[in-house]
Amino acid sequence: MHELALMESVAELALAAAQQRGAEAITAIHLRIGSLAGVEPAALRFAARVVLRGGLADGARFTIETVPALAWCAPCGELFALEAGLGLCPRCGAASAELRQGRELELASLELRLPDAVAPLAYAPAEAP
Amino acid sequence: MCRDCACGHQGPPDRAHHPALLHQAPLKRTGVAATLQVPLGLRLLEQNDHQAQANRQRFEAAGVTVVNILSSPGSGKTALLEALARHRPARPLAMAALVGDLATDHDAARLRAAGLEAVAITTGQACHLDAAMVARGVEALEAGGRPLAALDLLLIENVGNLVCPAAYDLGEHRRLVLLAVGEGEDKPLKYPATFISADVVVISKTDLAAAVGFERERALAHLGAVAPGAAVVEVSARRGAGLDDLLGLLC
Repeated sequence: MHELALMESVAELALAAAQQRGAEAITAIHLRIGSLAGVEPAALRFAARVVLRGGLADGARFTIETVPALAWCAPCGELFALEAGLGLCPRCGAASAELRQGRELELASLELRLPDAVAPLAYAPAEAP
Repeated sequence: MCRDCACGHQGPPDRAHHPALLHQAPLKRTGVAATLQVPLGLRLLEQNDHQAQANRQRFEAAGVTVVNILSSPGSGKTALLEALARHRPARPLAMAALVGDLATDHDAARLRAAGLEAVAITTGQACHLDAAMVARGVEALEAGGRPLAALDLLLIENVGNLVCPAAYDLGEHRRLVLLAVGEGEDKPLKYPATFISADVVVISKTDLAAAVGFERERALAHLGAVAPGAAVVEVSARRGAGLDDLLGLLC
């Protein structure tokens, strides 16, 4: 239910990163969201449409990678995936609440469009005479 | 002369004298806009986590144990706090509460009537408490003459919601989640994200267990599967049952 507020922090962080690099547009935004983060991807997508409209990231591709919840099973010495939130190791049946991933709420990466005049790759050596 | 920037460089064209493109002369345009991939890995709740850490340090310095209480609306959070306020444990505890609600300070007023110093945190439309709201609540508590250092236990009643509050660290020492006997034994399975974060689960309203046909073993089995790290204590706020056990787990 707080997806709108989260999306506002995404926009804030993305804008700061884009301005710092002199970008003229943000063309893609990639988030990593844990399956136990308490966030609904569909609601985030909706919030993205609302929050990003009219700004530097208007029209940006918006992707969400879901990070599966993994817990540590001490007896087996291995990680296991939590099925439907159940902290029971499928190998030995032991219970574990030692979550190693699955709560992520991250702005993973951005794709920026730089004005060509300042793009590092835009520098071309003079052609041979 | 350098053909790229007219800088006076002699000899054949050479990129080595343009280190890091420091020249002020305009760069050549390729006509193709550059695309830059920027890995960031920034946490969206970093600000909250930062404030939560500051809260935690403040709580540690004051020597107060802080408990974040989560549940659905109507699971008995306020009734539990009222019962704790009226309870007289063998070792008296100095307690106060911060109470989050979307609107009204009814819960805080109820707690004050029960003898517990309480500050209402009205969140407006926010579905959870965050660390900054708690910091402001602590300021209000101290301004009202209850310094943290004089407390043994600070109870934070979160907004009634089993989803959103779980994501927000408040700087608490323990997280307590309530499951009322009438809510359904499978509630932990439906809201694993919240239950897995619990240090203590209180099964509340146990005085109603028979009336609602509460299947205790099933509820305990589900809690054991979803929240194996949590201690479970059964409480009746109305009868005062289980309160000593609960305080033993919290302090």
